[in-house]
Amino acid sequence: MKSLAELKAIRDRAKASLDLRKENPNAARVLVGMATCGIAAGARPVLNAFTEEIQKRGLTDSITVTQTGCIGICQYEPVVEVEIPGEEKVTYVKMTPEKVARVVNDHLVNKNVVTEYTIGGYTK
Amino acid sequence: MRELSLNVMDVAQNSVRAEADLVTITVTESDKDDLLSISIADNGCGMTEEQVSQVIDPFFTTRTTRKVGLGVPLFKLSAEQTGGSFDIVSQVGKGTRTTANYVKSHVDMTPLGDINSTVCILIRCNPGIDFVFTHTTDKGSFTLDTRELREVLQGVSLDTPDVIEWITQYLEEQTQIIYGGAEL
Repeated sequence: MKSLAELKAIRDRAKASLDLRKENPNAARVLVGMATCGIAAGARPVLNAFTEEIQKRGLTDSITVTQTGCIGICQYEPVVEVEIPGEEKVTYVKMTPEKVARVVNDHLVNKNVVTEYTIGGYTK
Repeated sequence: MRELSLNVMDVAQNSVRAEADLVTITVTESDKDDLLSISIADNGCGMTEEQVSQVIDPFFTTRTTRKVGLGVPLFKLSAEQTGGSFDIVSQVGKGTRTTANYVKSHVDMTPLGDINSTVCILIRCNPGIDFVFTHTTDKGSFTLDTRELREVLQGVSLDTPDVIEWITQYLEEQTQIIYGGAEL
């Protein structure tokens, strides 16, 4: 059973490494569109896949995953925006959990945009 | 929406945008009484009577990126198509409570789905907001209150990966108990 004692242990561990992890100004951001349109199109499994992949690779300090509203291109949902400081924002469309690993590996880690998944690649 | 839990995630976003700092999500199901009830209550900015009557109109939205707002209408439809009911009570400056009641055995009943995932995502993506989630069945009930967790965490953020992991497992365990699953 999960106990509050266990949560206390997590707290103490987190506090010990707090200086390292909080407020990284160079953190990349993954924004998953989670308005009605995004949710209905399947944004939740996509967000979960990003969280898992980033956690699996130990990148939680350098990449934050968060939700955003509707940006007005509902027909392309699930939409994911990737923002890396100093680089142009990239919009991925029609995302699926299967596409997530490649976006994390190619784009977020190796800085190569997965052009075929982007809105430009899709509408071509 | 394929799952009611997705409607909950959607409608809870309205609470986030209403600048609530406490969102209470209550799910009560009973096979005995053949009902499922979902309520989402917040202490956000609230709405006027006129606004309340507008939000159930699909062609009303406060946002500017598009002309339709389907969140509340879809939630309402999901309840009414089972012969259930839907209700919004709101007061400016006090907050809003949205309640949907379902007839569980109705052929048009949408499954509740992964409500725990919804709660986890809401907590993870809104670490500044407190959530109180209560799930009740014929077999039992449990509550997750982030205010209690915050007290233990003493400043460590709720969106810390290990904390989210703890919350996920806690919800899983408790759900198994109230659904009468395997003994732990």
